[in-house]
Amino acid sequence: MDKKIREPLFHLVKRDNLPRSKRVLIRMGAIVLALLLCALLTALTTGINPIEVFGSIVSGAFGSTRKMWITFQDLSVLLLISLALTPAFTMRFWNIGGEGQVLVGGLATAACMICLEGKVPSAVIIILSVISSVLAGALWGFIPAVCKARWNTNETLMTLMMNYIATQLVSFFIIVWEVPKGSGKIGIINQNSHAGWMPSLFGSKYMLCIAVSLAVMIFLYIYLRYSKHGYEIQVVGESENTARYVGIKVSKVIIRTMLLSGALCGLAGLLLVGSINHTITTTIAGGQGFTAVLVSWMAKFNPFTMIFSAFLIIFMKRGAGEIATTFGLNQSFADILTGMILFFIIGCEFFINYRIKRSEKHESKGEEAC
Amino acid sequence: MSDSKAAVSMRNITKTFGQGVIANKDVNLDINKGEILSLLGENGSGKTTLMNMLSGIYYPDSGEIFIDSKPVSIRSPKDAYDLGIGMVHQHFKLVDVLSAAQNIVLGLPGKLDLKSACARIREICDRYGFDVDPDKKIYNMSVSEKQTVEIVKVLYRGADILILDEPTAVLTPQETQKLFDVMRNMKKDGKSLVIITHKLNEVQEISDKVAILRQGEYIGTLITKDTNPQEMTDMMVGHKVELNIERPEPLNSALRIRVKGLNVVNEEGIKKLTDVSFDIYSGEILGIAGISGCGQKELLESIAGLQKVESGSVVYIDDDGTEKELIGMDPLKIKELGVTLSFVPEDRLGMGLVGNMDISDNMMLRSFRDSHGIFTDRKSPHDRAERIVKLLNVDTPGIETPVRRLSGGNVQKVLVGREIYQRPKVLMTAYVVRGLDINSSYTIYELINSQKVAGAAVIFVGEDLDVLLQISDKVMVLCDGHVNAILDGRTADKSEVGLLMTSLKGEVTD
Repeated sequence: MDKKIREPLFHLVKRDNLPRSKRVLIRMGAIVLALLLCALLTALTTGINPIEVFGSIVSGAFGSTRKMWITFQDLSVLLLISLALTPAFTMRFWNIGGEGQVLVGGLATAACMICLEGKVPSAVIIILSVISSVLAGALWGFIPAVCKARWNTNETLMTLMMNYIATQLVSFFIIVWEVPKGSGKIGIINQNSHAGWMPSLFGSKYMLCIAVSLAVMIFLYIYLRYSKHGYEIQVVGESENTARYVGIKVSKVIIRTMLLSGALCGLAGLLLVGSINHTITTTIAGGQGFTAVLVSWMAKFNPFTMIFSAFLIIFMKRGAGEIATTFGLNQSFADILTGMILFFIIGCEFFINYRIKRSEKHESKGEEAC
Repeated sequence: MSDSKAAVSMRNITKTFGQGVIANKDVNLDINKGEILSLLGENGSGKTTLMNMLSGIYYPDSGEIFIDSKPVSIRSPKDAYDLGIGMVHQHFKLVDVLSAAQNIVLGLPGKLDLKSACARIREICDRYGFDVDPDKKIYNMSVSEKQTVEIVKVLYRGADILILDEPTAVLTPQETQKLFDVMRNMKKDGKSLVIITHKLNEVQEISDKVAILRQGEYIGTLITKDTNPQEMTDMMVGHKVELNIERPEPLNSALRIRVKGLNVVNEEGIKKLTDVSFDIYSGEILGIAGISGCGQKELLESIAGLQKVESGSVVYIDDDGTEKELIGMDPLKIKELGVTLSFVPEDRLGMGLVGNMDISDNMMLRSFRDSHGIFTDRKSPHDRAERIVKLLNVDTPGIETPVRRLSGGNVQKVLVGREIYQRPKVLMTAYVVRGLDINSSYTIYELINSQKVAGAAVIFVGEDLDVLLQISDKVMVLCDGHVNAILDGRTADKSEVGLLMTSLKGEVTD
């Protein structure tokens, strides 16, 4: 071999147990880099001062008290759906059917509100809405779970298909209940009587969603981390064989966990219809069933961290709408910015898992670079 | 060490992982032409890491590698192949749905010409005495055939320096002999071979020299014919080790489990156990010998409640004489019956433990149901983990370390430790020392013996007949799912057992 020895410029070294503070630092760094790049892109392509764009994103999310409340409300709904998916994900059950589970929950709520108006007191409608939406969501989780447990079907495909069924079901009932006839939509349900509308909490109509999602967050944190069920979910997710070996009934855990996951999604549907929109459309979940997958993953399935990942997405979404109107840019431009930021955040995980080591020939001492 | 002959020289090689885990420290190693070198060391002593640096999987932090006295830099497996270095890994890297020939040419540059490739493969096979069908699909192959494909793959790429990482761990004694014949042929052809193995008798049989590593450091090289197992072990461990397995006389033996007429058909519809009947007594070790895959797994899993059984019975007899049928029960029901049954399965991280969980959480696998209410008790498993780590000298950075980060021997200590901690009435172990170094192996043997003395009925499925005959009170030989013989462990003869493993007797004797 007459090959000259060429030391590689750098090589990758896997690292474990990076201290928490450093991990946070790397993530912050990634966001800052992303923002700088976004600014550069904005200035180059639109000629608008990027600082103004950022400013308008912030004012879109927090510009007024009302905007702020809506941001928090949106945040809580996305958080709730993300939380709902988390037990399933911890079990390595890829539930991408959040969208459908939310929709059927919403549909059940709408059904209670429309069919029971004037027949029973509003409080009874609310109670029945809660029960039926939770049950409907749970049912939507139950079906793919049973198929998986019994016949080992692919849960990703199953839950995805259940989404389409839910959408079609909603469009069917919209035609059944449409107001006025022929309009193809329902409009605000019980606009005059407010029957079945969720009550406001602490004097604010936004607080209910926020309170519910925070309660679910605390519940799930404890459930997954400290309960026997949570432990079983973890074991099943890591290794079904080990679970069987210690006598955990795998199919029971799968079904139970998906009932919970679906039920919590149903609850999100209840809030969307009963508390926020007071109507139902096929797009009422707005793709959040899928966004929630990202949120849950980015938070590494930790319920508390999910606040941050959900916040980031909602913040950008709310800000996006604002820059679209303020600068006459279209919505897509904001989506590009969101995409770039997400790319950096997900990409920085690489630097958390690996260290880039300069070769000694080039640098006397191995220097960390990230 | 004469440098003139050295095909490979590694000088002052150091490699660290993560923060402060030193896998290799200032290692110097020479591999000569036409020579077989054994690389010996305990689990976690850095043998595989060192070889991975030679084959381009890892890049050393510092140090130099010389091939034929020329300094080289090996950055990728491709670089290694270009330099004539090929490695056969412990876990095969083959594509199941492709044929042997397709796997062998996979990733090579140039036009795909399977016909001439097959011809060359046949030529290589003839030259060294391999037996491989180039058109056979990998998924139809036995472990030994897959290994042959891996070796041929390396030779096909023109390797002159071959590294075999624990090649015999998965082979039967006959297959091992075949492999050794091939290795001798390659040596005659002037190739340099490195074999990583834990079995000292194999080291003596096959290698010319033995290089010993301990805790990542190079200890020395011995000429095989001038050394003996005791010296090698002492160098490897760093202090004197007693190479004897005790066999205490059984005390107060009482019938514990009666297996009768057990028949098992696996998921693919293949009959794995036929009319298996035997008894196990408390305070006794029943060794089970047999070629791998002839029903050992199914037998243990049937008793543990993990295997669907066609017919037959497994009766557990308690201290007070009450009998309990275990067939039809799952592990949870068996536990609820009050039967403490411990099981160390063959697949440690796939069945016995959860790799991503820490030691403490793995302790909980057996006990998480014991606390009242809906919450788990995290404290007592933590204490138990600490005690087991201390008692068995588990080498771990802490209780919170995921077990997959531990080396093989330490993983096994955690598993065995947890299983015997429940003071089992029945202890079943499958290939409990597979992949473990001498020191860890003897620790495990001692633990099993201590359970026997404490009155457990022990089923010991093993592959090393020497060990099996040293530790067992009775030896049951399984052959193709039949009980071929049950012998007294004190008088049984190794060659007789070997014969019984491979040829079925006309009539099953009891």
